[in-house]
Amino acid sequence: MGERRYRSASGAPVALRRRQYSASCRELAVRCPRLQLRSLSAVTSAVWLAAYGLFVLSENSMVLSAAIFITLFGLIIYLHFVKVDQESLLVIGSLGIQVTSSYASGRESTTFIEMGQVKDVVINEAIHMQKVIYYLCILLQDPGDPQGVSEVVPLFQSSKPRLDCLIEVYKSCQEILEQRKTAPQSS
Amino acid sequence: MVLKVFFPSCCSSAESGILIGRWISEQNSAVILAVVHFPFIPVQVKQYLSEVQQVTKVSVSVLGSWSNSKQEKEESLSEFLEDLGTIFSHEPWIQISKEGDSKFWSCSTLQKHSNNPKEEEIILVYYDQRKVMLSHLHPPLATAPSTDHKADDASKLSAVFDTVAKSKILFMTDRYDDGPIKLTHWQSDGVEASIIVELMKQASVPACMLLTFLLSLISGICRSRVLKFWPLSFLWSKLSTCEQLGHRLQHLQVISSNKKAQNQTQLMRKANIFVSLLIDVALGILLMSWLYRKNRIGHLADTLIPVADHVAEELQDLLQWLMGAPAGLKMNRALDQVLGRFFLYHIHLWISYIHLMSPFIEMILWYVGLSACLGLTVALCILSDIIALLTFHIYCFYVYGARLYCLKIYGLSSLWRLFRGKKWNVLRQRVDSCSYDLDQLFIGTLLFTILLFLLPTTALYYLVFTLLRLLVVIVQGLIHLLVDLIDSLPLYSIILRLCRSYRLAAGVKFRVLEQQDGKPLRLLMQINPLSYGSVIQTYRLPTYSCYPKDSWTSLCKKLFLGELIYPWKHKGEKQD
Repeated sequence: MGERRYRSASGAPVALRRRQYSASCRELAVRCPRLQLRSLSAVTSAVWLAAYGLFVLSENSMVLSAAIFITLFGLIIYLHFVKVDQESLLVIGSLGIQVTSSYASGRESTTFIEMGQVKDVVINEAIHMQKVIYYLCILLQDPGDPQGVSEVVPLFQSSKPRLDCLIEVYKSCQEILEQRKTAPQSS
Repeated sequence: MVLKVFFPSCCSSAESGILIGRWISEQNSAVILAVVHFPFIPVQVKQYLSEVQQVTKVSVSVLGSWSNSKQEKEESLSEFLEDLGTIFSHEPWIQISKEGDSKFWSCSTLQKHSNNPKEEEIILVYYDQRKVMLSHLHPPLATAPSTDHKADDASKLSAVFDTVAKSKILFMTDRYDDGPIKLTHWQSDGVEASIIVELMKQASVPACMLLTFLLSLISGICRSRVLKFWPLSFLWSKLSTCEQLGHRLQHLQVISSNKKAQNQTQLMRKANIFVSLLIDVALGILLMSWLYRKNRIGHLADTLIPVADHVAEELQDLLQWLMGAPAGLKMNRALDQVLGRFFLYHIHLWISYIHLMSPFIEMILWYVGLSACLGLTVALCILSDIIALLTFHIYCFYVYGARLYCLKIYGLSSLWRLFRGKKWNVLRQRVDSCSYDLDQLFIGTLLFTILLFLLPTTALYYLVFTLLRLLVVIVQGLIHLLVDLIDSLPLYSIILRLCRSYRLAAGVKFRVLEQQDGKPLRLLMQINPLSYGSVIQTYRLPTYSCYPKDSWTSLCKKLFLGELIYPWKHKGEKQD
């Protein structure tokens, strides 16, 4: 399956890629917009201009070296911990759902939720600042109460795709989740 | 329903044979532990499996057949393998076959007694046997304490991990052993590779016994009656060094006990305590060598007396300033002079005592500095105690000022009630109206006026000394925070997470491998290690100090009323 373009909640372009590995295994990946060169240059120039201004006032060259270190470390920390490149959802029927976030530096952070704990996958609304946005989330089963929900795990938090993209993802997930209801109960 | 087969990646190149493992029927999954090669006698295989089942309490059985043929698939072999299904009856009988060097295996099941004719989907999950066997699955912290869990609510993956971990004995047979049954599974590197570990294990038993004996001697001395007399026991409870030493003694007792650790948590705690002690002592010895080189400790002792003198002089200047017109405020001259002279005399006494002790300071410091070899934490506690002793006069002044101020405040509030014609009813714990006689009212109002006009002077002295005391408390508090950090940090767990991250697992992650149509879905199961924050939270060592439970509002209230504050209380001390 191919790749389609959508928009995020703030208007940036995101791309959804769907892959079907087998009848009960699907991967849905949302790719966020890359780091823009012009915003990077703007921030770096601003920091260095401020540092140069301080240097002119204080005549201390440590300010300039400090500005260089701050820019470098800030960039490394931003790429490693903050900037998300791609968020993907791997749904394996009868095993579970795996949520992965890949960061710009290559780091991947993964969580696997077993199928026994998943109650349902739904689209919720939320009020974020001055807008209402939609987000996809996984509802986890409460072990004590069969009707209750113990936790809500929101998905695609950095890319925040809009409703049309979320509907595609929702439909794909539900096709696989329905299979566990039609399968004969074994315990 | 989907059938899941967990296949160890080390058996991918094994010769043909039969698969043994555990079948988990409620999850429709098969965990394969090893491959038994031809030729074998079925009776011997069954006997071996029942022996293994008895020891490990895991229901190991023959699950299916595995054929790894280098040439084209042979018809006779496949029939032979199907016939094996009748000898070892198992529902469903799994048949996995690999042709040549192809990555894509074909997997099929044989169901004799099923009434479902549909071909069920099979998922092949590869796992690393050694890593899964050694790893410890940590449940998410929120769900751990629930006690009424039914057995089948337990996580499916923990069943897989359990199976592999408990079947450790199955993996102890070497491939070069000459027995009736030849197995392929994960092979350890052999005992020769870990001879140092073996030697250390042998040496640790007498070392532990010696340590236990010494510790029992020391704790016996500590508990003896001699040290329980009132002045000494009061002193021990006030010095934080003794607390720290007691804490470390407890740790040593935990390590040197002869009982083997029952479960993972106890083992990790013992290891953490051991590594923490080791690092502490190493840092302490480093500090000691730095202090004693170039006689730095002598220089320190030489500067101690001048520093104490300097502090006392600063205090005298402060009091002179208070006795004048501090910050432009007008004080009551008589009370000012009385309080000022009283405190000045105290400082004079203190300086005399310090000068009396000055010839011995160097010797005392030299010997006390030697105890830094017991650990960096002990050295820091000694530093905190020295600061407390040197600023004892500040503490005394704070207590005097606070008590005076407290008396004044209580007197004022009581006389204010009298001024309004009310009284505090102790029985009912409330304020009641009361009719006073005229002379009571007269004296009460007079006293009230006197106390009210003397309030600014006392309040100023109280404020100044409270600020000084808070400064000292903050410095001591920072040192204790550092000591707590060194005490409670689980260094062994952090190093384990850094070097062997698969030992501490938060969960698993799956990677989809190359697929081919018509062949089962291939997944690789890897271990998802615990994050550093969760490692520290799970394996933190408990410490003896509890942080202030007073909120900021109650602290301010106590300061306003003049009650004495003790922000750092230790566990086990009686609350005031």
